[in-house]
Amino acid sequence: MKSQRLKFYQTGTFTVGNRLLSDEMRSVQATVDRNNSLNSGHRACQGCGEALGARYAVDAVMRATNGQAIAVNATGCLEVFSTPFPESSWRLAWLHSLFGNAPAVAAGVSAAMRVRGKKVTVIGQGGDGGTVDIGFGCLSGMFERNDDVLYICYDNEAYMNTGVQRSGSTPPTAITATTQGVGEHPGQEFGGGKNAPRIAMAHGIPYVATASVADLRDLEEKVTTAVGIRGARYIHIHVPCPLGWGSDPALTIQIARAAVQSGLFPLYEARHGRLVKATKIRRKVPVTDYLQPQKRFAHLFGKTPNVAAIDRIQAIADANIEDYGLLDSHEDPPISLQI
Amino acid sequence: MSTFMPGRKQVEGSHAVAEAIALSRPQVISCYPITPQTHIVEGLSAMVKSGALSPCEFMNVESEFAALSALIGASAAGARTYTATSSQGLLFMAEAVYNASGLGLPIVMTIGNRAIGAPINIWNDHSDSMALRDSGWIQLHAESNQEALDLHIQAFKLAEQLSCPVMVCMDGFILTHAYEEVDMPSQEQVDAFLPPFVPQQVLDPSDPITIGAMVGPDAYMEVRYLLHHKHLQAVEVIENLRKEFKRHFGRDSGGLVSSYRADDAETLVLAMGSINGTIREAVDEMRDEGHRIGSVKLCSYRPFPLEALREALKGAKRVIILEKNLATGLGGILASNTRMALRGLNTPVNTIIAGLGGRPIPKKSVVRAFRQIETGEVEEPHFLDMNWPAIHEAINNRGLVKRRESEAQRVLRSVSGVEVAKPVR
Amino acid sequence: MVQVRIHGRGGQGVVTAAELLSVAAFLEGRAAQAFPSFGSERMGAPVVAFCRMDDRPIRLREPITEPDALVIQDPTLLSDPRLCAGLHPKGFVVINASAPIELSRLGPVVEHLPKGHVRFVPATAIARQYIGRPLPNAAMLGALLAATGYLKLDSLLQAISEKFSAAIAEKNHAAARASYEAAQAGNGVTSAVLEVAR
Repeated sequence: MKSQRLKFYQTGTFTVGNRLLSDEMRSVQATVDRNNSLNSGHRACQGCGEALGARYAVDAVMRATNGQAIAVNATGCLEVFSTPFPESSWRLAWLHSLFGNAPAVAAGVSAAMRVRGKKVTVIGQGGDGGTVDIGFGCLSGMFERNDDVLYICYDNEAYMNTGVQRSGSTPPTAITATTQGVGEHPGQEFGGGKNAPRIAMAHGIPYVATASVADLRDLEEKVTTAVGIRGARYIHIHVPCPLGWGSDPALTIQIARAAVQSGLFPLYEARHGRLVKATKIRRKVPVTDYLQPQKRFAHLFGKTPNVAAIDRIQAIADANIEDYGLLDSHEDPPISLQI
Repeated sequence: MSTFMPGRKQVEGSHAVAEAIALSRPQVISCYPITPQTHIVEGLSAMVKSGALSPCEFMNVESEFAALSALIGASAAGARTYTATSSQGLLFMAEAVYNASGLGLPIVMTIGNRAIGAPINIWNDHSDSMALRDSGWIQLHAESNQEALDLHIQAFKLAEQLSCPVMVCMDGFILTHAYEEVDMPSQEQVDAFLPPFVPQQVLDPSDPITIGAMVGPDAYMEVRYLLHHKHLQAVEVIENLRKEFKRHFGRDSGGLVSSYRADDAETLVLAMGSINGTIREAVDEMRDEGHRIGSVKLCSYRPFPLEALREALKGAKRVIILEKNLATGLGGILASNTRMALRGLNTPVNTIIAGLGGRPIPKKSVVRAFRQIETGEVEEPHFLDMNWPAIHEAINNRGLVKRRESEAQRVLRSVSGVEVAKPVR
Repeated sequence: MVQVRIHGRGGQGVVTAAELLSVAAFLEGRAAQAFPSFGSERMGAPVVAFCRMDDRPIRLREPITEPDALVIQDPTLLSDPRLCAGLHPKGFVVINASAPIELSRLGPVVEHLPKGHVRFVPATAIARQYIGRPLPNAAMLGALLAATGYLKLDSLLQAISEKFSAAIAEKNHAAARASYEAAQAGNGVTSAVLEVAR
């Protein structure tokens, strides 16, 4: 019998319609069983991608470990908005020490658990500043020693906690408080920044993955996979920041999805330094779909659009698509289902 | 080296300390190499690797900052923790040093005391631990390798009783690299003195708590006061531990202050660490000549025992502080603190800055300085064995010499009389 | 108190020699202290180590500037005029040399030492013979003890056993003993040791 692969898109959002799935595959937003590790009442901004990413990531950890987990947090937005003393949103054992040492602290917690004979999963988490900049030495050391830690970076591409300054993860042309929208080349220069997940892979650690709040099921699955592996693991999650990016809080998911679907933020998994899986783009969009809703890129779309810069960004996305094989060579025509 | 051999033996200071640490049953040790503390962690590495020290996790980390950070995690997760560092290493971990005390984590750390650069210098003085004197850590100074060994065993108990981290300071090279006799206690003795670690707060999935939350202006002062209060308590605990230690091990080690031939002394010399041996030799020599001189050793620098020190010094007509550090533009740090202990007494205090960057402190020079102070012939502070001609030359040449060499290079040239390497043009 | 200063080059076991001496003294129930000239020396650079021995606890920790005995493990160091500085007028000098050296080259202090207080030991040759490597320290200490009588040879041998594995200790024992016995046979400023070793 002739068959055709169907892709299920919900109109507008492109998420898989829950109602089309069997019961066990359906996602559940809230149940009484959910741990709610990052509980409501915290002080994150509206539409905060980091809060969403952390909530799903840590809950996935708690589910996968049956609650036997400890979190270590770098200084940053996630730490500040979740623990204004004497309140705490965390419903798991949680430790904050400093900005640049979360991977080392987590490694120490892990060592203590091992020596005390306790089977506990230790996660470290931080933003891009705490991870790819000030904490990078500790992160690399933790990777190199293959310490039993799952480290999660919530990447919103600048120092948001201190007022949106450039980080080693800020993309080209993005305007931040320290890469201002003035001069001949407004915003962050081309050629800067570092690819933290690739550097993690270069350590040959057991597991590296990228994820996005645009695909929470994928994110949960990767976290669950990581929890099942021993040794150093790294998940890099792309999380829009409405405040720092100058975007509508309601568009957080849409913007995150545009990053994935344009190829700017490829989703993949690697084991022991080798790429094992890259998530195909379902319907390719131009990078302008990602850039245009964000004020940090608004200077590209003025009276005379900066076509050269946009083309260079498109070239970055296209190179990713090529490098990671993000497009099916035999693309099936998408079918929209109105339900 | 002979591991876990109780009794008297002739060993290197670092190895004696390593064995004392092992007898204290640490569960997580982190290590980053810096001279002169390295032999201690090397010894412990061998013990963990061979299984002689078990259960224990030994972490080779990528920096001193990571070394202490790892222990912050391990201590918060309920493990007894230890590391050692010196000099630049202590400064590199400075942010974590404050963090550990702020979090109330009973980490024990050896400081192999050493100068701080620039100019780079690997030799002994007290600049490193002094730089972190107000970090909230307890700082104990050892006079000998026996005392260093004993203080480490006491330090774990002190730290865990107060939930406050402790630095045990021992003079780099002078103690760490010296072979001398020590009396190594048995495992049974140490176990009887030091019970297993019971943390006051711990990361536990079955009873989850948040540690390290942000504290605003409404409570930060109170939290800092509580750390201050721990140090006030520590003054008592340290003296109690000294007595308890003597009951268990039969020797006097640690405590706040210890006096030597001080009863009728008109001049009292105060110092910290290994230089106290030389000072006692000097005191004996001068006593033989009829000088009424004695000495006081300060073991606990933080907490600073204001009352005990005042009590020890109040009978003197003159107090001399001999210290291995310099508060630039001010003088001696220990002297400043001591003046606070003596406030209202009008006792003249003289400062001798000595031994910076490993400059030997010969008994001859010490005796000469003491005599000069007794006759009122010296400046304040007095810099022991300073090469003044070299300094005058350097000062006179300031601004005159083209910037082809650093001031440090010029002084070195003038002191040694040897041409030092010039930069290549 | 007896103060010994040992000169040599990095890699010649200078620091180990001071430590061995201190352990040997400890084994005889004496207080002893050994420490190196603290530095960041590498292989081949001049190194100094110190050892104090006494019948009461040692409190001094300064470098030894007025030694009772000097052990010079590398004759190339003799060109340094400060090498023998501060030596006690009735002190001892033990020099690793394959042939006697003119005493006037070592300065007036050494020149006027009592008879038998300067010993030349072909320690490198002895080490090559018994240890198989040019590590002169055990042989130098053997000669020092023979010349000065500070400690018993047995104490040194026991210290060597504590410090090294059995196989290495045995070779060093042989070197120390050969040098000790040869030096004992020697008398005054002598090349007796040399002859024995040949």
